[in-house]
Amino acid sequence: MIKPKDEIELAEAIAATNGPLRITGGGTRPLGNPVDGTVLDMTGLTGVHLYEPGALTLVVGAGTPLAEIDALLAGENQRLAFEPMDHRGLLGTKGASTIGGVVAANISGPRRIQSGACRDFLLGVRFVDGTGTILKNGGRVMKNVTGYDLVKLMAGSFGTLGAISEVSLKVLPVAETQAVVLLEGLEDQTAIAALSSALGSPFDVTGAAHFAAGLTIIRLEGFNDSVSYRAKALCAALSGFGACQIETDQSQASQLWQEVRDLKAFHDVPGDVWRISVKPSDGPEIGGRLRSLGGQVIYDWGGGLVRALLPEGTDARAHMTGLKGHARIERAPDSVKQQFGVFGSEGPVIDQIAAGLRAKFDPRGILNSGLMG
Amino acid sequence: MEMPVPNAAILGRKYQIVQRLQAVLPAEAVIFEPVETRAYECDALTAYRCPPMVAVLPTSTEQVAAVLKICFEEGVPVVPRGSGTSLAGGALPTADCVILGVSRLNRVLETDYDNRFIRVQSGRTNLSVTGAVEEMDFFYAPDPSSQLACAIAGNVAMNSGGAHCLKYGVTTNNLLGVTMVLMDGTVIELGGAHLDAAGLDLLGVVCGSEGQLGVVTEATLRILHKPEGARPVLMGFDTNEAAGACVSDIIKAGVLPVAIEFMDRPCIRATEAFAHAGYPDVEALLIIEVEGSGAEIDSQLAKIIAISAAHNPVEVRESKSPDESARIWAGRKAAFGAMGQINDYMCLDGTIPVTQLPFVLRRIGELSRQYGLDVGNVFHAGDGNMHPLILFDANKPGDLELCEAMGADILKLCVEVGGCLTGEHGVGVEKRDLMLTQYTAADIDAQLAVKDVFDPAWLLNPAKVFPLKTTETRRAA
Repeated sequence: MIKPKDEIELAEAIAATNGPLRITGGGTRPLGNPVDGTVLDMTGLTGVHLYEPGALTLVVGAGTPLAEIDALLAGENQRLAFEPMDHRGLLGTKGASTIGGVVAANISGPRRIQSGACRDFLLGVRFVDGTGTILKNGGRVMKNVTGYDLVKLMAGSFGTLGAISEVSLKVLPVAETQAVVLLEGLEDQTAIAALSSALGSPFDVTGAAHFAAGLTIIRLEGFNDSVSYRAKALCAALSGFGACQIETDQSQASQLWQEVRDLKAFHDVPGDVWRISVKPSDGPEIGGRLRSLGGQVIYDWGGGLVRALLPEGTDARAHMTGLKGHARIERAPDSVKQQFGVFGSEGPVIDQIAAGLRAKFDPRGILNSGLMG
Repeated sequence: MEMPVPNAAILGRKYQIVQRLQAVLPAEAVIFEPVETRAYECDALTAYRCPPMVAVLPTSTEQVAAVLKICFEEGVPVVPRGSGTSLAGGALPTADCVILGVSRLNRVLETDYDNRFIRVQSGRTNLSVTGAVEEMDFFYAPDPSSQLACAIAGNVAMNSGGAHCLKYGVTTNNLLGVTMVLMDGTVIELGGAHLDAAGLDLLGVVCGSEGQLGVVTEATLRILHKPEGARPVLMGFDTNEAAGACVSDIIKAGVLPVAIEFMDRPCIRATEAFAHAGYPDVEALLIIEVEGSGAEIDSQLAKIIAISAAHNPVEVRESKSPDESARIWAGRKAAFGAMGQINDYMCLDGTIPVTQLPFVLRRIGELSRQYGLDVGNVFHAGDGNMHPLILFDANKPGDLELCEAMGADILKLCVEVGGCLTGEHGVGVEKRDLMLTQYTAADIDAQLAVKDVFDPAWLLNPAKVFPLKTTETRRAA
């Protein structure tokens, strides 16, 4: 195992290595195809390098635990608005998630539908490529079109283009209050139509999920008087879908969204878990196909994010015929991951571009080799 | 402005190349007579001009692919062009290039309100995208000042912003997918109506790549329902420091206005003389707009006004009606035109951390005195995206060069305080040679490596974004 203390040691370690490396942060998200190699432990690169609440900007070492960042931001009544999922319950992992891991896997949560994904809040990165060269892109300001946006490219590259050493993030204030509008007993298709209606309203919905068991939830956040007004207005707008309830208890509301975000219903239940992204109105179609195979489904992002618990060894991708989007394995035994590939092919041209980029940034093919296929 | 020496071998084959292009396009879509190619000699950075060898105006993705395949085989550089509104010279031709104009690709292909997207051809103008969904009370959020004219193709190329991106984000945050033609004529699809990339976020790197990775012919854009209403408040301050600190406090308090615009005294005075908007004669002025229902707006504006009290505003005008809102915005919208009445001007676009606003404004004032050129500041304060307007006289020998030198000093200052060279206009040719003040040679190489993968022959808009000496061997290969 290699555990660099800082960016310079990280660069030296990568330059000096002969064999493949498996980059880890807190080890809470063993996503992607299984990878062989010496463990490159990033948890030594910690520390808050800059936090300016008045500029909504945070710059931290990639190995900084997420919990530390949450606590720091909470002290200024701010937060990471993209609401990253906690994978520990679903994947049965322990430990402390790091911000570098969140960024490398572009992990977002229910608020992604309104405020954007992790990649949308990432203002800058520093990283070390496969040759041991220290690189940076972006910066710490909200608007920056200086040169190519490698920041977006690094988010969700799962360490295959470089080991991220520092991230710069836009943070947002915590809303004064939240309310959840609940609808019960809707079939998937009707529920997704209700969510589309809510997301297509002027009421600034920040979460739109549906449990296939028949609970549909819509989140509103902001100042007290505004949330209370919008919750009533939204209920009126959705009256065609049945009577709404409004949950205003803050801990109840938070718990509901945590269940959606972290897929609580799938914790400790055997089976593979797939993550599928489609156009929201296609959600019920793929959801229905997967349920007919014995699967369970939870919809988020207004229906566009379908997460399915399926009998072990089911290839969800094979059931996407006629639908645009993509499917990724979140949880499965290594044998299943190897059989289907965690990430699907994007066709020969795009696969070749991706391979070309990896060959440029990691010419020796030593960084998380094969993790993305 | 140094540009590569035109390739004589390409110029020598001009008519052969024109004939091949005429075989895949209607005759009137291939423009090659010098008197006609002049129309494409510059974009909105008019200080630099060079007619292209040929300009083509395709009407479909297939035609774009056919054009690029020919240019690839002939080894001809291609400069993509949207509406030609770039302030950075992104569409500036070279004498041996083919200008590929997408202005005739202007159709709406699909509108989907349930899934909240619109798919358009890339030559469609920004404002007409909103125009296409307005009847259902939807809109496309990024709103660059040139939105009446600028094309989505250019917005994607430069990752354009606008006054309202404080709340809604810039182009990259509102772009769901593209159809793009690679230099060899291959057509690819990135993203679509679904969210997130399947693998690497190639859409993320294409957006803002200034037409150097491919030619975007179609775009899938996120559309949103309009808010119930919007209203601004105007505030005047005795010092730039007070206005800057007020911006910071508002952001920190959790009120998220859709726009916070800042004007300094030189700009306010010029605007008043031109537009007579009735602005107070103060050192700094903020226009802050919030959205929601009538009651929500009242309550947010009340919060903002309460926060501002700590910074002793000398004037607070809260809009109570659409008419009052229009009057508050009238001056801001006329600001560039007003400055243009006084003299020629150069518009900068650096971004700085919001906390550095007072210091940077003070330094710009010092530079203004040092160079003997007047500067007006009008900008998006919420996100630190500054637009200093340096006044100069284009007819006075040496004045443009003086202005450019001062502009470079201001942009270096932006980088020094933790910001960047360009927040929403792009690098183009204008800021190309300053790239090494923000990035190391290795950082630049990493970006060049991306172009190597998408466009190995370095034919797409090759003389832009990066200092020429860093790309010389690649362009010559």
